[in-house]
Amino acid sequence: MGQTFAQKVLAKKAGLPRVEVGQIVDVEPDVCMSHDNTAAIAKTFAKIGVERVKNPERFVIVLDHTVPASTEEYAKGHKEIREFVAKQGIKAFYDVGVGVCHQVLPEMGYALPGRLIVGSDSHTTAYGALGAFSAGVGRSEMAALYATSRIWLKTPASFKIDVRGKLKDPVTSKDLVLRIIGDIGADGALYKSVEFAGEAIEAMSVASRLVLSNMAIEMGAKNGYCAPDKKTFAFLEPRAQAEYTPIYPDPDAEYEKVLTYDASKLGPQVAKPHTVDNVVPVEEVEGTRIDQALLGTCTNGRLEDLHAAARYLEGKTLAKGVRMIVLPASREILLDAMREGLVEVFVRAGAMVLNPGCGPCLGAHEGVLAAGEVCISTANRNFQGRMGSSEASTYLASPATVAASAVAGVITDPRKAVRGGGA
Amino acid sequence: MIEGKVWKYADDVNTDVIFAGKYTYKPMTAAEMAEHALEDLDRTFAKGVKPGDIIVAGANFGCGSSREQAATCIKASGVAAVIAVSFSRLFFRNAINEGLAVVELASGTTMFAKDDTVKIDFERGVVTHKGKEYRFPALPKEVLAILNDGGLIPHVRKALGKA
Repeated sequence: MGQTFAQKVLAKKAGLPRVEVGQIVDVEPDVCMSHDNTAAIAKTFAKIGVERVKNPERFVIVLDHTVPASTEEYAKGHKEIREFVAKQGIKAFYDVGVGVCHQVLPEMGYALPGRLIVGSDSHTTAYGALGAFSAGVGRSEMAALYATSRIWLKTPASFKIDVRGKLKDPVTSKDLVLRIIGDIGADGALYKSVEFAGEAIEAMSVASRLVLSNMAIEMGAKNGYCAPDKKTFAFLEPRAQAEYTPIYPDPDAEYEKVLTYDASKLGPQVAKPHTVDNVVPVEEVEGTRIDQALLGTCTNGRLEDLHAAARYLEGKTLAKGVRMIVLPASREILLDAMREGLVEVFVRAGAMVLNPGCGPCLGAHEGVLAAGEVCISTANRNFQGRMGSSEASTYLASPATVAASAVAGVITDPRKAVRGGGA
Repeated sequence: MIEGKVWKYADDVNTDVIFAGKYTYKPMTAAEMAEHALEDLDRTFAKGVKPGDIIVAGANFGCGSSREQAATCIKASGVAAVIAVSFSRLFFRNAINEGLAVVELASGTTMFAKDDTVKIDFERGVVTHKGKEYRFPALPKEVLAILNDGGLIPHVRKALGKA
């Protein structure tokens, strides 16, 4: 019997010919990522009693969650992190303004096919889009990795999600992944390695695949893999930090479950408050009043997402009473968006374009919600209280749906909205 | 062996309602975290919880963020163990790493109600409730070793000869 992607990566890293589902392996990740939580991790590391980080070249640290610092406490944390990376010789440090970790690691060429990556952030699953095995860990685990470079991982069973047919514009990978999460539930792929495959996935850009893998955690998955192909290699060509060897599942690999979707039948989807699996076709929530629209974040803050939204905003203004926040996922994307005229489209429409970062997605700063307010967002979570007040509501949708809704002032089916030819 | 009173919750209790995102980058002691435990799920919990109490929930407990404070705040609140039908893998790991006992009762938890008394026998892998016994699988030895050392940091200190 052949092996799944997860089995093959973990066997390789453990130095074994093969590993079975459920087998625990002790492995050394190729890359370990942490962000603003590095301040807390460094304090935990100090408790271990080891002076120096073992293998500092394996650690990547990105400041993105509360950037630029909005409180003195956050500023203190950032300062401690800068001192820590200098003292420990961690060179892969990306200070405020470079971007969100889940865009920076692919962009800067750390997220590579066949690599084992862990990060102290749940959406670390994102790097599976480039063919890595990539999973979230906790803060204590990251501190232990500083000391030992090693971690235990259990070999997960695998699901294959086979998506046939073609997505119909303006339907995107966001609609697809919301539909899947809605169908299987927030624990539908708990502990599993999910492999996305099929014609629709092959047709997607790397940016679109990153949305699928990013949100694999929202179905409970340990990682979300897309097979690396020519598009992956072309994306990485000017970026890769090292040589890499792609790993593919065997054709006769054993899957616990195979799910099949027809992309051509899919319309725009929306996750209603307060869980990501509370998903309905957009028609069911059309007309819902909104106060705020959030475009961007690590989920949908890439250039193609900004283009998709700009098509609905060009030459228009936001509906009265609606505020809109645009958060590009990285400085590179922001520069591209400026060059291509997208920033002007957003600002003229009345939106606020912020620096790359996580900001309001986790309710830290830059656009939190008051009680009774409603937000439609391209981010990945809509849990109660996440974006501010526990009496606020967040709907999740694609960039097209969010932009069309921001212009109308109510949740809108982007297929029915008027749009330009594309900025 | 532990025995305690039940706090009962449903499926998909997420990390934002256990420990809100707005607190995650604020330096806090474990005791301060405990004051916000389950804040957006059950406002009576932080004030009412007694040392040795047990949280019982449905499937996918602790889903969402990787924030370890979700486990830290529960442990610091005095809760002795969390029993759930299943756990998110990140919460499961964080709980073990914080030395908080987690019991996976895949057969279901609908028979438990708030303020019931439950007993957990880790040696035998048995939860006792109203005279009935429910079996749960033992933790893998690698994982049990971390829990028995009081969490990952003491475990690593021991392994590195720092303890």
